[in-house]
Amino acid sequence: MKILRSDHFAGYVFIAPWLFGFLAVTIAPIVISLYFSFTKYDILSAPQWVGLMNYETMFKYDYLFPQSLKVTFTYAFTSVPLRLLFALFLAVLLSQDRKGVGAYRTIFYVPSVFGGSVAVAVMWRQLFGINGALNSILTSVGAIDRSVGWLTEPKTAIWTLVALAVWQFGSPMLIFLAGLKQVPYSLYESAMIDGASSWQRFFRITLPMISPIIFFNFLVQIINGFMMFTQALIITNGGPFNRTLLYVLYVYRKAFTDYSMGYASALAWVMLVIVGVLTAVIFKTSSYWVYYESKGE
Amino acid sequence: MSRKTKQRLKTACYHLFTIALAAFVFYPVLWLIASSFKPQSEIFANAHSLIPSEIRWQNYVQGWKGFGRTNFGVFFRNSFMITIISTVGQVGSSACVAYGFARINFFGKRLLFACMILTMLIPSQILMIPQYLLFNHIGWINTWKPLIIPSFFGVPFFIFLIMQFIRGIPYELDEAAKIDGCSRFGIFFRIILPNIVPALVTATIFSFYWKWEDFMGPLIYLQSVELYPVSLALRLFSDPAAVTDWGAMFAMSVASLIPVFIIFVLFQKYLVEGIATTGLKG
Repeated sequence: MKILRSDHFAGYVFIAPWLFGFLAVTIAPIVISLYFSFTKYDILSAPQWVGLMNYETMFKYDYLFPQSLKVTFTYAFTSVPLRLLFALFLAVLLSQDRKGVGAYRTIFYVPSVFGGSVAVAVMWRQLFGINGALNSILTSVGAIDRSVGWLTEPKTAIWTLVALAVWQFGSPMLIFLAGLKQVPYSLYESAMIDGASSWQRFFRITLPMISPIIFFNFLVQIINGFMMFTQALIITNGGPFNRTLLYVLYVYRKAFTDYSMGYASALAWVMLVIVGVLTAVIFKTSSYWVYYESKGE
Repeated sequence: MSRKTKQRLKTACYHLFTIALAAFVFYPVLWLIASSFKPQSEIFANAHSLIPSEIRWQNYVQGWKGFGRTNFGVFFRNSFMITIISTVGQVGSSACVAYGFARINFFGKRLLFACMILTMLIPSQILMIPQYLLFNHIGWINTWKPLIIPSFFGVPFFIFLIMQFIRGIPYELDEAAKIDGCSRFGIFFRIILPNIVPALVTATIFSFYWKWEDFMGPLIYLQSVELYPVSLALRLFSDPAAVTDWGAMFAMSVASLIPVFIIFVLFQKYLVEGIATTGLKG
């Protein structure tokens, strides 16, 4: 009876749902998939131990592996900085104390509400399609002579996905807006007395003060960027010539089109390591470019 | 130029610039809605136009019929079932776990809490294959179980969000209830839950959005068309190789966004606060 009434017992009762899920659908699958990554496994027949063969194939022979990594890094490291830059620009624009700012915020946020939905992906595909609105606009203003296959040109396809990611800048915009409000007004006042221009105030006060927020968003969104799937599948489906073959899309194909579960598990493990290393690197280097207020006080 | 006119000019410029930018950003949304009302002949000719020559509701009627023998009524019902059950599970279990971590001292708490924070960084896509193999092993493929049941194990982001809220409730309230003979569960249900309603609302909105838009889960686990949620049905419906009625495709795309939009309008305040305070992505 004593145990049942103790805090230890009560604590575990309350966290039981998470603890069970953590063990059963997070830790166990990760460990099991490490085992599968050393096997050949097509679901129908029992897994066959092949040692390091999957990893060897990946690093030596499979040209789609480096290709998908290249595409994924390009996508994440262009779309995230661009999106954050755009979000910050709008946050600064809309943080001014003016009439109608609230309505503007809502309008700018709406595209992000629809976020990763299939409907938005379908819309994007039509917008950039050969008979889509973009070609129609560009032709009518005379910018191009004939329709461009934005989704089918190897050079432009990935940029349609980047554009979609940048278009959904709403969440970081709201986060930056909240961050800008936290910057003490007294800092600006004293800077103005010292004769600082608005550019100086932005680069010397605003930017350092909200750098922890920018840092956090950068980290989270890079990882999210690596995991992009739905929109890539619907808009370009990896094409043309694998120029938009994002990593998760490749893993999905290996697993659910080829039923190479062993190889796909190995691919997933490599991504887990990459995400882990990247997170560690971003955290380690953050002290160089992030200003924490408590420092030096 | 006087100071006042200069100020006015500046204000006008500000609004002109912002409105132009807003129009640019908002254009695709308007274009989608306009296209859903256009007659077939106008969808590709003069594609950029935002004003259809006639409002064709027929697109919606045609689209609603779906494909095969399954109409969009079934897909919407499926989506609502999956989303509502999962949302209740995610928010309820997260609130429980948050209380355990925020208010009770038990053996191993710090370590487990660190584990939870760490799992926030593991993208769910990495778990896609091993989880599929697991659910395949226990015979859950082509059912809603893999989409719904894991929702009852708490979501680290929500647990974290709700914990922040619980920490804001004065501990004296717990103490007073304890003296009055309230058990841990009594404290949770009578003291904590009523005080964290805003956090629960925020978590509910995000949970609803994520589940409503979830595409990868249904894509992997569901095979029978009659089990499809809207997201997956829409993908099949808009398959570029098969689409003939483009207006209907646009119409169903718009329809799939209506629940999302209604929730945005009703709960905008919670959504904005939730994003701003936790950095959650909508």
